[in-house]
Amino acid sequence: MDFDWLPRYWPLLVEGFWRTLWLVALSGVFGFLLAIPVALAQVAGGRILAGLSRAFTTTIRGTPLLVQLYLVYYGLGSLMADIPAIRYGPLWPYLRDGFWYATFAFTISVAAYQGEIIRGGLLAVPRGEIEAARAFGMRRSRILRRIWLPRALQVSLPALSGEAILLLKSTPLAATVTVIDLFGAANVVRSETFLTYEPLLFVAAVYVLCAFVIAVAFRLIERRVPSRRGL
Amino acid sequence: MLDLLQLTPPGWGGALLRGALLTLQIALLSYAIGLALGLLGAAAKLSGSPVLAGAGEVYTTLVRAVPELLLIILLFYGGSTMLEMALIALGFPGAVQVSGFAAAIAVLGVVQGAYQTEVIRGAIEAIPVGQIEAARAFGMSPSLRLRRIVIPALLPIALPGFANLWLILLKDTALISIVGISELLYVGKQAAGATRHYFFFYCVVGAIYLAMTLVSNGAFRLIERRVRRGIPAA
Repeated sequence: MDFDWLPRYWPLLVEGFWRTLWLVALSGVFGFLLAIPVALAQVAGGRILAGLSRAFTTTIRGTPLLVQLYLVYYGLGSLMADIPAIRYGPLWPYLRDGFWYATFAFTISVAAYQGEIIRGGLLAVPRGEIEAARAFGMRRSRILRRIWLPRALQVSLPALSGEAILLLKSTPLAATVTVIDLFGAANVVRSETFLTYEPLLFVAAVYVLCAFVIAVAFRLIERRVPSRRGL
Repeated sequence: MLDLLQLTPPGWGGALLRGALLTLQIALLSYAIGLALGLLGAAAKLSGSPVLAGAGEVYTTLVRAVPELLLIILLFYGGSTMLEMALIALGFPGAVQVSGFAAAIAVLGVVQGAYQTEVIRGAIEAIPVGQIEAARAFGMSPSLRLRRIVIPALLPIALPGFANLWLILLKDTALISIVGISELLYVGKQAAGATRHYFFFYCVVGAIYLAMTLVSNGAFRLIERRVRRGIPAA
């Protein structure tokens, strides 16, 4: 075991660590915001919207994330490079960066997986609570905002915590589309120092630590959310 | 565009189908390994021995907290070196070549086993103790008890978990393409690179995975109906 390289590559690893955190944060937040309409469409969206939403979640959850990532990065990327207006447009430096493709692919994936969880949460809210809100004369939008959605999210919190850790664990895939995230940084160290395991073991420990932090953070949030258990 | 999918070269259809077949083989074999490891892990965790239970805990916690891609690369390269060193230590001539296919299956099996452990442990704990005590009172031997009471009682509880893990495994096989096994995604990547029809070929590969998922869903629904016979709907 040789960890002499650690000080030399520390800045690179820290940079990769931040990029991993950004990937998790951006796709976690945007994915969550998308997951709510995905779930609502299935529960209260009428036949067509519900069907579209179900097709979306089935497709995303039925194909490997790596395939989706390649489809977005190589597939969409090559299609866009063929359009001169985009190829020579002002946004191209961003559109060439694997980071945004990875963020996009992860966001879509999070939307599908969390959408399923939130859908379950929406269905688990007792009918009586929504009927009570209606009896108070609340409009549909206000019922959703004040009663239905908060209660559904409360029910879904434990499952969402698991999803957040799964998202963290899938971010290394971004390294396959040239993003130097934490895992990508480890690969740079590996190829420059010819060490096979040490860099991988080191970043594996960092991932385990991050997963632990996420689990604890969600447990704190869960404790803060007021809930009345039992009758 | 569709003639890119002809079964014989220059079409890529045949190669993709062979890749899909390899994907299924890898998934099935590592699922079997995962089930075996899961049974062992659950037995260890429920054994009552602190050493065995601790080992089981370390196994499931570590494997489930480290990203799959990292584990696969770590075990794929590390695992074969360790095996080689072990063989040399045992007096066999060195430089055994562990086939990439076997290593890939073993790695996915080890990852899968950690998740299976939790599913099986949960299901065994959900079996009412009275049922096992009754079997013991009838004088059934442990193996007969396992076969006639524990497994039939465990299956309806564990089946949704088993189905879920199978679907996850099927998708995780795509990660194996990173280490150069010519499974479905790897072939798709080759096809996309050679023809420069990236979008088309990744869509086709995705559709094949989706088809495998949907067929698996149907199969598990049938199996579930069979194992749940005689159990009133919840």
